[in-house]
Amino acid sequence: MSLKSKLHELKLKYQGKKMAPAFNAFHTFLFSPDETTHAGGTHVKSADDLKRTMNTVIMALIPVLIFSMFNAGYQHYSAINGFPADFSLMNDFLTWNNFWIGIIKVLPLVVVSYAVGLIVEFIFAVIKGHEVEEGYLVTGMLVPLIVPIDTPLWMLAVAVVFGVVIGKEVFGGTGMNILNPALTIRAFLFFAYPTWMSGDKVWVYGARERSEEILAGANVDAISGETILGYLAQNKGAEMTYSVSDMFFGFIPGSVGETSAFLILLGGLFLIFTKIASWRIMVSAVIGSLVMGLIFNQVVEFGWVAESSKFYGLMSFDFWKHLIVGGLAFGIVYMATDPVTGSQTNKGKWYYGFFIGFISVMIRVFNPAYPEGVFLAILLMNVFAPTIDHYVVRGNIKKRMNRLKNATIYPKDSDGKAEELKAETV
Amino acid sequence: MALLSKKDTNLITDPLADNNPITIQVLGICSALAITAELKASLVMAISVMFVLGAGNVVISLMRNIIPSKIRIIVQLIVVATLVIIVDQVLKAFAYELSKTLAVFVGLIITNCIIMGRFEAFALANGPWRSFLDGIGNSLGYGVILIIVGFFRELLGSGTLFGIPVLGDPIEKTGLYATGYENNGFMIIPPAALIVVGIIIWVQRSRNPALVEEN
Repeated sequence: MSLKSKLHELKLKYQGKKMAPAFNAFHTFLFSPDETTHAGGTHVKSADDLKRTMNTVIMALIPVLIFSMFNAGYQHYSAINGFPADFSLMNDFLTWNNFWIGIIKVLPLVVVSYAVGLIVEFIFAVIKGHEVEEGYLVTGMLVPLIVPIDTPLWMLAVAVVFGVVIGKEVFGGTGMNILNPALTIRAFLFFAYPTWMSGDKVWVYGARERSEEILAGANVDAISGETILGYLAQNKGAEMTYSVSDMFFGFIPGSVGETSAFLILLGGLFLIFTKIASWRIMVSAVIGSLVMGLIFNQVVEFGWVAESSKFYGLMSFDFWKHLIVGGLAFGIVYMATDPVTGSQTNKGKWYYGFFIGFISVMIRVFNPAYPEGVFLAILLMNVFAPTIDHYVVRGNIKKRMNRLKNATIYPKDSDGKAEELKAETV
Repeated sequence: MALLSKKDTNLITDPLADNNPITIQVLGICSALAITAELKASLVMAISVMFVLGAGNVVISLMRNIIPSKIRIIVQLIVVATLVIIVDQVLKAFAYELSKTLAVFVGLIITNCIIMGRFEAFALANGPWRSFLDGIGNSLGYGVILIIVGFFRELLGSGTLFGIPVLGDPIEKTGLYATGYENNGFMIIPPAALIVVGIIIWVQRSRNPALVEEN
């Protein structure tokens, strides 16, 4: 007897029991259910259910995760030993030493995120008697990728409970949430434990320990784990040693998975190709950030901002480079395109995406206390997405009403009945 | 013979649970969000509101037959304002630091919806003794929520209760902090109060589904 048929038998046994949702969740994760729709029922036949959609996004995230595991080690060792003089990908980056740091620092974040989040989901599913919803599959992978590497695991666990319960379950679970749960988790961490979420000590593994050793009197060099945006916010852009290709390929400090714009771009193309994520949101968000960046560049060009101004560093930063540093690329590809919290209408998606890019760069420049604004911008636009859709739909109704008003209606005007009919229809 | 009749007891106990001014009537939310970062402030606020509402209800109830209904709001305002000024002055005289923490919110008791709400809904139609009980009951219900919210926000946000450290010293890393625990900065900003009040509402309504509103 195959495993599949055995599971189907077990399912019948569990039917109607309290634990049925928990069992079904594991069951459908392994095999498609054996029920078929009744003849003459549905006409849409597609294997592309919620679980498949979620798995596709996770596939797009896997390269980013693996890269981030290597980068964790690379940043750690570079901060201690100095950056390698002539960088070679195989010898300096893709090494077991680097990967080992990834295993001991990044993997626990992933495990905790999934374990805690899924436990919460299971508890809610059993209480409500629902199927376990698949929404957490992607959230659980996103969360470890958007937090700093040194985030203590218990903080992550607390934040995940908060994000899943307050951000999602109270609204009715997957598909009903207003805010992106992964970003809710990040926002909670940011406001609850700001010292662990910003500054120059959290982005590189070891920096915080080292600074504590120095405080205790050890005679060692401090590790600077400042992000590029951090440098710019302090007007120290000149001290930065990262080249544009470092920024693009991601050999820079930052949140765990946000650094490699290259792999995120590939993931984005994959999502567009599989039609999982909306290309409209991605394109318009890129345009939005470029426009805002250009405006700031022009302001600097005109000489309206003094070099001593605290905004100078970020304002004079080349507009297109905003896309390859910080979390903007990651946010645009994986977070803004969340189909639940984003705009639903095609026209609305353009506005929604545009403002995400636009506001992200604006917050970056004008908030030197914390030089990253992507998660705030996306959360803000999540809130406005239904409003945008409302006006798009209303605009469409208006347009069609106008078309109806101006339409030629038979019988012709000459019959004298046209006006009469028009008055009736409108 | 009991001190209070069954009907009178209900005036006190109903607002504590199934007719709570904050979680059910949704009155007085603003001050519940603003001053509950510390337990002490919550307690003083609760006592102040109890004084204003208890005394105000009695005064309004005594005057209820002579207040012309067209100007009753103005009369009510004058009564509340007088009582609030008394509270404010007492606080300034005997608890200056605390009155700084409460700042404008003592003055804003005047706009606390619970007070005008109870005047309008109860004191104008009932005798002084029952109005007094109603005022005490409602301000107790208000105070209970304030203290619950203040308890969690101060404990999780600052690690103290009434200003006394209960979880250890966050700087010296003693007690719970030695294990790596940190204060939750989110709890001391006002949005956290919204979420704590929300959770209380959630718990209350899932224990008693009859309270859930139809929509």
